[in-house]
Amino acid sequence: MMTVGLEHYLVVSAILLVLGIFGIFLNRKNVIVILMAIELILLSVNLNFVAFSAALGDLAGQVMAMLVLTVAAAEAAIGLAIVVIYFRNRGSIQVEDVNLMKG
Amino acid sequence: MIPTILFYLFAAVLVASAATVVSARNPVHSVLFLILAFFNAAALFLIAGAEFLAMILVIVYVGAVAVLFLFVVMMLDVNFAELRGGFQRYLPVGGLVGIVLFVELLSVIGGWKLAPQSGQLRFAPIKSGISNTEALGQLLYTDYVFLFQAAGLVLLVAMIGAIVLTLRDRKTSRHQNIRQQTERAVGDTLEMVTMSLNTGTHDKGFYRPKPVQAPAEEHADDGHGGHGHGH
Repeated sequence: MMTVGLEHYLVVSAILLVLGIFGIFLNRKNVIVILMAIELILLSVNLNFVAFSAALGDLAGQVMAMLVLTVAAAEAAIGLAIVVIYFRNRGSIQVEDVNLMKG
Repeated sequence: MIPTILFYLFAAVLVASAATVVSARNPVHSVLFLILAFFNAAALFLIAGAEFLAMILVIVYVGAVAVLFLFVVMMLDVNFAELRGGFQRYLPVGGLVGIVLFVELLSVIGGWKLAPQSGQLRFAPIKSGISNTEALGQLLYTDYVFLFQAAGLVLLVAMIGAIVLTLRDRKTSRHQNIRQQTERAVGDTLEMVTMSLNTGTHDKGFYRPKPVQAPAEEHADDGHGGHGHGH
């Protein structure tokens, strides 16, 4: 079914996930790069879905991957909209400055 | 053989560009490497046989999401050098968490195996003889139609949310006031005047265009404030 083994895909996906989480830690102040890191994490999830779908011969995984893709696009749009209005109100996008809701 | 070589090539570029995304000094470079990462992920999808998802990935991620990121990064006038502070401070803890997570994931990947009856538990077995796009379409509009509709709703909510969040009402913007327009009566704007012979419009005081007022006079009027037209 697959020309490349499932484990190879899983390892690449794991590296991508770790890089995304590492990026969230590394760019604690820059919310745009944090959003990009979240996109990387979702991409690794998609890679897992597609790899298992191909390995098991089951198309449902690709349907789920499409759903994840949709949610990722929606999340990016909303997140960037929040960044834009936050920058408009405060003139900065430092994550540490975000204390309007006293969370 | 060739697919394996291509897989390693694309996977290497994917991992390298993902590492550059999270560590680039300039966020614009981050976005560009994100685009490269998406392209390589699409190639990996192609190797796995998911052609439709690969094309969707290129169109949606590269065409929409990455361009959105690029737009926001370039639109916001942010001092990114300032945001880089604490990079070294967060490096050890981030690296520690990453290494721990990676080791855990590797132990999971090394230890799992498929259940023997997993071949019979498939939701939607891939049919042979039709293309991936056709098979996905047949599946998406029948068995997963509610999921499809839910995805559409998610996009609708995201679209409305993004518009509502970023729409702003400027003080200086001039909107069309429909109510004011429809309630306008002829009597408000039009006046019928009977002119006697040999009188000019100067005498009635509705000479048009209005004579320009002298600046000195306007200055004296300032105190009233009622009809000032923005100095």
